[in-house]
Amino acid sequence: MDWIAFWLSLRLGFFTVLLLLPVGIVVGRLLAYRQFPGKGIAEALVALPLVLPPTVLGYYLLVSFGAASPVGKIWDAVFGGQLVFTFEGLLVASMIVNLPFAIQPMQRAFEAIPVEVREAAACSGMSPLKALGRIEIPLAWPGIATAMVLSFAHTLGEFGVVLMVGGAIPGETRTIAIAIYDRVQAFDEQSAAQMSALLLALSLGTIALTIGLSRRVGRRLS
Amino acid sequence: MPDLKVELRQDRPIPLDTAFTCAPGEILALVGPSGSGKSTILRAIAGLNRPAQGRVSVGDDVWFDTTAGVSVPPYRRAAGFVFQSYALFPHMTAEANIAAALDHLPAAERRARAHELLAMVHLDGLEARRPAELSGGQQQRVAVARALARDPKVLLLDEPFSAVDRATRKRLYREIAELRRSLDMPVILVTHDLDEAVMLGDRIAVLHRGRVLQTGTPEEITNRPVSPEVARLVDLRNVFEGTVAGHDETAGHSEIDWAGRRLVAAYRAFDVGAAVSWVVPDGFVVLHRRDRPSRGEHENPVSGVVAGLLVIGQTAHVTMNIDGSEDLPLQFSVPAHVARRNGLSEEAAISVSLLAEGIHLMPSGDPAG
Repeated sequence: MDWIAFWLSLRLGFFTVLLLLPVGIVVGRLLAYRQFPGKGIAEALVALPLVLPPTVLGYYLLVSFGAASPVGKIWDAVFGGQLVFTFEGLLVASMIVNLPFAIQPMQRAFEAIPVEVREAAACSGMSPLKALGRIEIPLAWPGIATAMVLSFAHTLGEFGVVLMVGGAIPGETRTIAIAIYDRVQAFDEQSAAQMSALLLALSLGTIALTIGLSRRVGRRLS
Repeated sequence: MPDLKVELRQDRPIPLDTAFTCAPGEILALVGPSGSGKSTILRAIAGLNRPAQGRVSVGDDVWFDTTAGVSVPPYRRAAGFVFQSYALFPHMTAEANIAAALDHLPAAERRARAHELLAMVHLDGLEARRPAELSGGQQQRVAVARALARDPKVLLLDEPFSAVDRATRKRLYREIAELRRSLDMPVILVTHDLDEAVMLGDRIAVLHRGRVLQTGTPEEITNRPVSPEVARLVDLRNVFEGTVAGHDETAGHSEIDWAGRRLVAAYRAFDVGAAVSWVVPDGFVVLHRRDRPSRGEHENPVSGVVAGLLVIGQTAHVTMNIDGSEDLPLQFSVPAHVARRNGLSEEAAISVSLLAEGIHLMPSGDPAG
């Protein structure tokens, strides 16, 4: 059992969710409420990581994060050092891979709030920010929580993109999914089995939690 | 409390060209068919939509003025809004729904004020219930209390009675009528139900395609429409075309020729010989007793046969084909027992009086029947 890899995966999952939470709320709300030119393209881009093979996505991220790329240069200028094969690079890649898991459930949850309820908040004297905190987030909360749970679980299991962008540096970029692969390659079946069982249990828990939360979206709005 | 003044103009999505005022304590009912723009007007007052041109002000507070480039967001307009669907916050209790609109008060006072408002709408004891645990009527009352919580300068009611059953609606009418005595702000009520507008409105504005065709007291609107169009919009069915035959100003009468008859009508200054439309509301058509034949003393007597008789509850709706003018059906209602006592049935010969005071002349419009 590679506890370092497991701990790294948990850390990656935690920061991915933490950073995607505000992104999901802002973008999900925007896509739910506003009509604007190019909205269809924006929705397609958000959904793209769902259908793109992880290695393809990983390849493009590797190319665009490289030290010679504009993103790599900006990163180097601001933070110093390179983005690929580091935990930070892995985190940025993980956020991009998880965009659909974070944004789509939140978008659906905001869409489910009747427009009159939002208007009633304004007519009750609440500013948009107050209405977000007191009306919209509490009503969309099950959807927001679903998005967080899905993003976290997906981060734990992500393999292709992580391998492409992060490699498998122990303690830096080797996540539990990659550790399982390594253990199998090394014929250490016991460790691979333990870690796989752990991920299986986590995934089952995630699905149960997601289904439970999805039911609550309907109940809250009834 | 100051007057609410509204002027709105736009071509799309729903055309609007309207101007009206509403005094403090007055209920102005906006009535009109679907798509006439009544809800759009209400939403524009609240700031939920922005017409292309116009001005909305309450006294010195200008909420919207396209000329001056002013558009105050809805949360800064002191307008209480009761939505058709009530739009209560489903995750909050009745008390919290009301307290949510009490941010202008210090936190320590909100609870007490929310309880006061709940008591005012007769919901004491239900403060801990969520909207899903309240009946339609109770939800409506929470919505009214929430709208009043802001101490609004204007109260806006968008079809507030359409989602409850008939019995609850009648009870709510009484409660609103009672409540309004304590309201000192202008109140705009949007409804498609003319009876509701007549019952609750001090004045009624009849809207069609975004324009106010007539504003007046319920009595003026239902008995003296300004045009055949308004008459039809307020469901006056007996709209006909005639010619002015003369006037007797001292007696307050005009005379018109219609379908080969001369009728005495309420005086209106039209040129003799002018084509006019005229209307007689239901309540001014009086059925003659069939067992007591006319000796010629009746006012504006008209005879014919019953072409249709429909009894709904305690009311009989009669369509009468006028002798010699079968294409001019006259419609009126009588209590069902009167219809029975007079032996009314289809093809029965009957006669009625059209009371002169109820015959209202209007500029000629499209022939209506």
